[in-house]
Amino acid sequence: MEEIWNGFVKAIQLIVTLDPEVMEITGRSLAIAAASCLLATAICIPLGSLIHFNRFAGKRALINVIQTMYSVPTVVIGLLVFLLFSRAGPLGYMELLFTPTVMVIGQAVLIAPIVAGLTITALSGVDKAVPETATALGADRFQVALLTMREARFAMLTAIVMGFGRAISEVGLALMVGGNIRGYTRVLTTAIALETSKGDIELSIALGIILIAVALIINIALNRLQQRK
Amino acid sequence: MALLEAQNIGQTYDGKAVLQDISLSIGSGEVFALIGPTGAGKTTLLRLLDFLETPSTGAILFDGTDITRSNKLRLGARRRMSFVQQKPVSFSMNVFDNVACGLRWRRQKSSAVRSKVETALELVGMADYRNRDARTLSGGETQRVAIARALVTQPEVLFLDEPTANLDPVSAGKVEETLAHVIQEHRTTVVMATHDMTQGQWLAGRIGVLIGGALQQTGSPTEIFCAPQSKEVAEFVGVENILSGIIAAKDDTLATVEVNGRAIQAISDFATGDTVYVLIRPEDIIFTMTKDSSSARNVFEGEIIRMNTVGPLVRIEVDCGFPLLGVVTRQAAEEMGFVFGKKIFASFKATALHTIRRWT
Repeated sequence: MEEIWNGFVKAIQLIVTLDPEVMEITGRSLAIAAASCLLATAICIPLGSLIHFNRFAGKRALINVIQTMYSVPTVVIGLLVFLLFSRAGPLGYMELLFTPTVMVIGQAVLIAPIVAGLTITALSGVDKAVPETATALGADRFQVALLTMREARFAMLTAIVMGFGRAISEVGLALMVGGNIRGYTRVLTTAIALETSKGDIELSIALGIILIAVALIINIALNRLQQRK
Repeated sequence: MALLEAQNIGQTYDGKAVLQDISLSIGSGEVFALIGPTGAGKTTLLRLLDFLETPSTGAILFDGTDITRSNKLRLGARRRMSFVQQKPVSFSMNVFDNVACGLRWRRQKSSAVRSKVETALELVGMADYRNRDARTLSGGETQRVAIARALVTQPEVLFLDEPTANLDPVSAGKVEETLAHVIQEHRTTVVMATHDMTQGQWLAGRIGVLIGGALQQTGSPTEIFCAPQSKEVAEFVGVENILSGIIAAKDDTLATVEVNGRAIQAISDFATGDTVYVLIRPEDIIFTMTKDSSSARNVFEGEIIRMNTVGPLVRIEVDCGFPLLGVVTRQAAEEMGFVFGKKIFASFKATALHTIRRWT
């Protein structure tokens, strides 16, 4: 118990003194999660919108598949990305394995279903009378889609924030394709896993507190967004 | 040439026919009211005419061109029209931007947008609300914003779906005044659906009665309300005395109709022996205490079998050998001492009656 308490006190010291290693790991975590979130958003918001605004055979089944992918284990995506980017894999020539870039790509793949699926849910939640009214007022299909997306903007922001939350908190993928290289690919989750196994409880707790603080901020942001809907 | 023409259109949802074989022609500048009970298909017909839906059968011509099945032409036509829905929605933006949407979608210059939106908001009395979040408005205010939003694009055709159905009487009055002003000033072609017959009669030059998905009758308000062509239309437009009879004798246009063994004199085009319905509006019946006080051709003695007070009026049902429903003011009922069971006289003119064919 004393060890945990001492660890907690030391952790607070590390945070308050802005310990360079803690700050570096935190900064990298935020940067990689934000980049993956940006990449997933750039692809999946238009993709989710396309799926929502168009009628095609198998649409319902596709949405079901996307929603099922919300809970796919991170290690499965990690394995997939690893195989793709390993030296023998089809994208091995890019030599991206164990780099922050591949971590961004992997996390983007991981959160893509969340962003796309929740975008579809957000757009489906818009009152049907909105696109109908816009059509009646002379909007073309693209203008109707833009207005509907505008109406769903807070719910769509929720999708992005949820994606960010999943990206920053996952560990399996970051470990498998990033390799947890100190000063290069080490992020909050992988550092906690490593430091705990090494017995450096103080650093683990400090990083854990930061991770929880990030989760708390995300949660507050989500609540605010949901209230504004 | 008609501005808008429906040719034998029908609409089916999940195998159920909602509209059947509707043919309708609406001229430029005309104000046409579709009246009918709830569920008659009025909204569906408006949506078809506004090209929001494609009819299952038939064609719709706008300005002489069949554009029923061309998305591009339909968009072009829709941009010359506007639609105010029964329950309008406000977009999550301020009142000004709500009204400006249609103009921006037509890529009008921002200076033109500003002045047109201000004019439209002035017209509906909502200029002071321009910066308000449109979703915080009351039902009446939302309706007026929706009307401004529809009018700002200066549509050639304005569709109104029950424009005052969900409003309190004061808000409804304001909306009706705005619409009457627009109709008078802008000469816009208006097609409105309403179950409020008074509104239809007040605003429209021509009325169509839609019952059970079929257009039963079109005509001037006078034709619809005074000379309905079917029992269903008569019932809908408030003819509460619909008596089954047979033409017993005919003298030029004056017919003697036998109803339950009693002879009613009516002006009718039907021939002796024809089975008919005799239609008498309650307001055309005069109740008196003595037979001599009426000069009408039809005078029947009867007993009061029901009395209901409705606002300032009393509805009185008299058994004259056939049931007759009339209305008097509450004051008149009190002065004449009308009470349940009392014997009184009901009179009505032969010219006030309308006869329609009864198929047996």
